[in-house]
Amino acid sequence: MSLKTVLLAGSALLALGISPAYAQSEVKIGFITTLTGGNANIGQDMRDAVELALDHMGRKMAGKPVKVIYEDDDQKPEVGKQKAEKLVQSDKVDFVSGFIWSNVLLASAKPVTDAKVFLVNANAGATQFVGAQCNPYFFSTSWGNDQMPAAMGELMNQKGVARAYAITGNYAAGRDMVKGWQDAFKGQVVGTDLTKWPDQLDFSAEISKIRNSNAQGVFFFFPGAHGIQFITQYTQAGLKDKIPLYSVFAIDQLSMPLLKDNAVGVIQTGPWTADLPYAANQKFVTDFKKKFNKVPTFYAAQTYDAINLIASGVAGAKGDLKDKEAIRAAMKKANIQSVRGPFKLGPNQVPVLDIYQQVVEKAADGDYQQLTVSTVLKDSVSSAASACKMQ
Amino acid sequence: MILFIEQILNGVQIGLLLFLLAAGLTLVFGIMDLVNLAHGSLYMMGAYFAAVLTKLTGSFFLGALLALPAALLLGIVVEVVALRSLYSRDHLDQVLATFGLILFFNEAAQLVFGVAGMTIPLPEALQGQIQIMPGLPYPTYRFVVVAVGLACALSLYWLVVRTRVGMLIRAGASNREMAGALGVNIARLYTLVFGLGAALAALAGLMAAPITTVRVGMGENILILAFVVIVIGGIGSVRGAFVAAFLVGLLDTVGRAFLPDILTLFINPIQAASLAQGLSSMLIYILMALVLVVRPAGLFPAPGR
Repeated sequence: MSLKTVLLAGSALLALGISPAYAQSEVKIGFITTLTGGNANIGQDMRDAVELALDHMGRKMAGKPVKVIYEDDDQKPEVGKQKAEKLVQSDKVDFVSGFIWSNVLLASAKPVTDAKVFLVNANAGATQFVGAQCNPYFFSTSWGNDQMPAAMGELMNQKGVARAYAITGNYAAGRDMVKGWQDAFKGQVVGTDLTKWPDQLDFSAEISKIRNSNAQGVFFFFPGAHGIQFITQYTQAGLKDKIPLYSVFAIDQLSMPLLKDNAVGVIQTGPWTADLPYAANQKFVTDFKKKFNKVPTFYAAQTYDAINLIASGVAGAKGDLKDKEAIRAAMKKANIQSVRGPFKLGPNQVPVLDIYQQVVEKAADGDYQQLTVSTVLKDSVSSAASACKMQ
Repeated sequence: MILFIEQILNGVQIGLLLFLLAAGLTLVFGIMDLVNLAHGSLYMMGAYFAAVLTKLTGSFFLGALLALPAALLLGIVVEVVALRSLYSRDHLDQVLATFGLILFFNEAAQLVFGVAGMTIPLPEALQGQIQIMPGLPYPTYRFVVVAVGLACALSLYWLVVRTRVGMLIRAGASNREMAGALGVNIARLYTLVFGLGAALAALAGLMAAPITTVRVGMGENILILAFVVIVIGGIGSVRGAFVAAFLVGLLDTVGRAFLPDILTLFINPIQAASLAQGLSSMLIYILMALVLVVRPAGLFPAPGR
């Protein structure tokens, strides 16, 4: 073979890009979550859920092996963005999933969706992407940030709370949440505090203000480590039995073992807990306990759904990862066995879901478990969803 | 009025916690001329030691008491193994090396103690509240923090001003070469000072732990505040750190406590709360800038610097 032929053949290959047979041989998923620092346990729980979901599908989607690349966002928007760019540009993933924090998602989504790579968000509920900035390449298995707080506002109305105090971290999700709650709560808001996020760990000044207000209840949103710190300090100040706490996202299977009795009596609205009676959920919880020796969190549950949603997209395109339209059409059908029972996506490609009232009980064996008390909102949709004009 | 008194107490309490952390930092920086970013890691390790030892012994007091010598020992090991060769290098090298130590300690803590974090349950006696005056109950444990912080400040004062070791420390701070020439064993003095700094950081960490829980990376955010404190107070001055920690604690608390209410008069509550948070975090840095303009070496510059 002459040098010329070799060069010609070589440049022809280059023009074609990487060999399509190779690129199509596996499904590549990039998974961005927090794997170091004070909230690494949440990221770990999500990673465990990915592995379990893959186990349940024989680690194959439409007959193709699945490769997951985990990336740590360090709970920082700028790190999340770098990792998203790396996954899309150098790893050439077909899907990006994960995301605990709204501010990280807000920074990281554009490089993914601009490259026409599907982003299947498993937790962060930034209202922008649920509403005005919805995108054909953006799917979610969680909710909009306003939805759990709206349910809580409604629940507090039902419980006859006339005056309430609101406190949360000063970042994208915190501001979304407190606004969602304010829009639904009909009583008087006697005070609003946004704390420095995520730096502030001492809430003494804010708790003193709460005690000196005439609030009958406190609405708060502090996910992860901050939730434990806030509830612990609130209890130490002797307020827990005087002014009840109304929580979104603070109480989960990671915080309960640390909060212990302090978690009992905190009322919460949430999208999921381990006792939901659906077959897919029972299987998920049982196998998760068996494999990892712990009860999964809602972060894990939503992640499990996200991986299944991705699998349904790959199956819909019969494994042809280049056929983005077919993948999108299949994912929009949301034809999965969700841990949250009947599952459907709205036009903004975010679930339409039921929101439950949850409490914590101390079981006979001394463990703490979260129980579903009632359904507060049925078929809830984010108030931001109407701003999404996508077909 | 009651709220105002309560907020002052909150500010004092935060200030004293900051002082415990800043005192060690300012000693190490002032006397050894070493920028130790890993001071926050020693704070974290102190909290983890206390959490584990509390679990083992079943008593918070014992756990806390045993954690201090453990941290002192850890400090000495770190000084001998990692930092000794850095004294003659410039500050940037020290920053890089001690930043590496932060990464090392974070990974090590995650491997050894797990990702879940730990809590230190308070003994029954410290769980409740003390009635300071009618209508003002205050958490007992936060009083303990104030008491320990003040006791620690007094003993440090006594150590530095009244004892032979203190004299050596002051001599080392004002003129290292001369102290060395007069026969002071500078290497041993440095090891001692670093160990003392580590124990102080650990004390701050374990005192904060029942309030903020024990987490990987828990010392990183508060370390920035500690640096602000020692810059305001004058690097190397324990007295300066004490005054500055009070100022920073009070300013931070008062900002958080009263700014949102003032701003709510003008804009909607969510915007007011968000803006108030930004402004109150800025206050500390504005204070630092003002102090640096008026007194570039800090409020109480250590002699000889």
